[in-house]
Amino acid sequence: MIEFTFWDILRNLIFATRWTVLLSIVAFAGGAAVGLAMLAARISERPWLRRFGSGYIALFQGTPLLMQLFLMFFGLPMLGFRIEPWTAAALGLTFYASAYLAEIWRGGVEALPRGQWDAGASLGLHRLQELRLVILPQAFAITRPAAVGFLVQLIKSTALTSIIGFEELLRTANAINNATFEPFTVYGLVAVIFFVLCYPLTQYARMLERRAPAH
Amino acid sequence: MGYGLSFGWLKDAAGAIAHGAAMTVFLIACTTVLGILISILFAAARRSRYTVLRKAVAVYVEVVRNTPFLVQLFFIYFGLPSLGIRLDPIVAAIVAMTLNMAAYTTEIVGAGLDAVPKGQSEAAFALGLKPRQVFVKIILPQALKVIFPALTSQVIIMMLESAVVSQIAVRELAHEADLLQARTFRSFETYFVVTLIYLGLSMAVRRLFVAGGRRVLGAGVS
Repeated sequence: MIEFTFWDILRNLIFATRWTVLLSIVAFAGGAAVGLAMLAARISERPWLRRFGSGYIALFQGTPLLMQLFLMFFGLPMLGFRIEPWTAAALGLTFYASAYLAEIWRGGVEALPRGQWDAGASLGLHRLQELRLVILPQAFAITRPAAVGFLVQLIKSTALTSIIGFEELLRTANAINNATFEPFTVYGLVAVIFFVLCYPLTQYARMLERRAPAH
Repeated sequence: MGYGLSFGWLKDAAGAIAHGAAMTVFLIACTTVLGILISILFAAARRSRYTVLRKAVAVYVEVVRNTPFLVQLFFIYFGLPSLGIRLDPIVAAIVAMTLNMAAYTTEIVGAGLDAVPKGQSEAAFALGLKPRQVFVKIILPQALKVIFPALTSQVIIMMLESAVVSQIAVRELAHEADLLQARTFRSFETYFVVTLIYLGLSMAVRRLFVAGGRRVLGAGVS
């Protein structure tokens, strides 16, 4: 039997936190990239693309993230890919994040006056150029509080990847708990670590919201 | 590849899936009622003149909103027995879900209360109503109407998050899926079907809420 002191537990948990942070960053970046594509589809001039975009968003926002992760983890091997928990976790959270980010940014795009598009067109810009140069910078600015708020949501969601075997903070905590039988301390510390990661972002989102110009 | 999709097992599994779905609906029904009642009390407490009360609710809301639901669930189910509080899995699930949802809906209800013009309570007081009557009869119905869409979304988010209570062996929809895939070796198909059922449930809950909201709170609820 190995003896764990409080500091051993804390040190191990803090060490595991790097995977939680890394996964959050990868999923947010991946989600932003895929989310941009979905946003473009969602507001496209082609009806079938718009339908595809809204179907994609409805699917990911209307089903549990846990099921999405399971489908990724069990589905890809069926297509002949060997998949590590890390890959399944990163892909699953990327798709999940993309749906929410696309929807957040669409709100920003739709909040802009129609004249912004017309002004871009009158300057001879293509639709994609208008989007990139005129619309998106403004849409991003308006929706920054919501995007930061979603980042908090995403960081908390990484805890679910422990269930498909990704060795992040919560899975490490489960292992430590099995060795020490001190669930109160272990899960209490996990909560504290997540709080320390998330609370500053929550406050930042709140500050951005207060500062936001009235539209 | 050599692996084809097969859904033949579905016929035998229908009973278990229906049972799991019923448990999911039961959990979210309890959580919705309890969570919204608590959040009305808490939203009122956040506006009380007692500083301690205001601060306590604020801390609760921040702690819950900045930690994962799964960690809260594990803390309640595995951690609390160290303090002598041992909960049945279903009770632990309802407690965790209710406490989680109440934190979010406290903010939502609070925003609704702030949205009701001050003149409404002044007018009610001028008519001689008591403070409790003013809150329950004048302010709250108007606030609920404003926040109804946000409340609906929060209930659906909570229902989807409830899939993780399968991890403490509550036999809801996701847990039945775990059991089924272990028995049939049809992991992908099982999770695919169960995911679609969740999608159907979330669409049904939204419709139910919109219809119910129109009935109770009047037209103009979307």
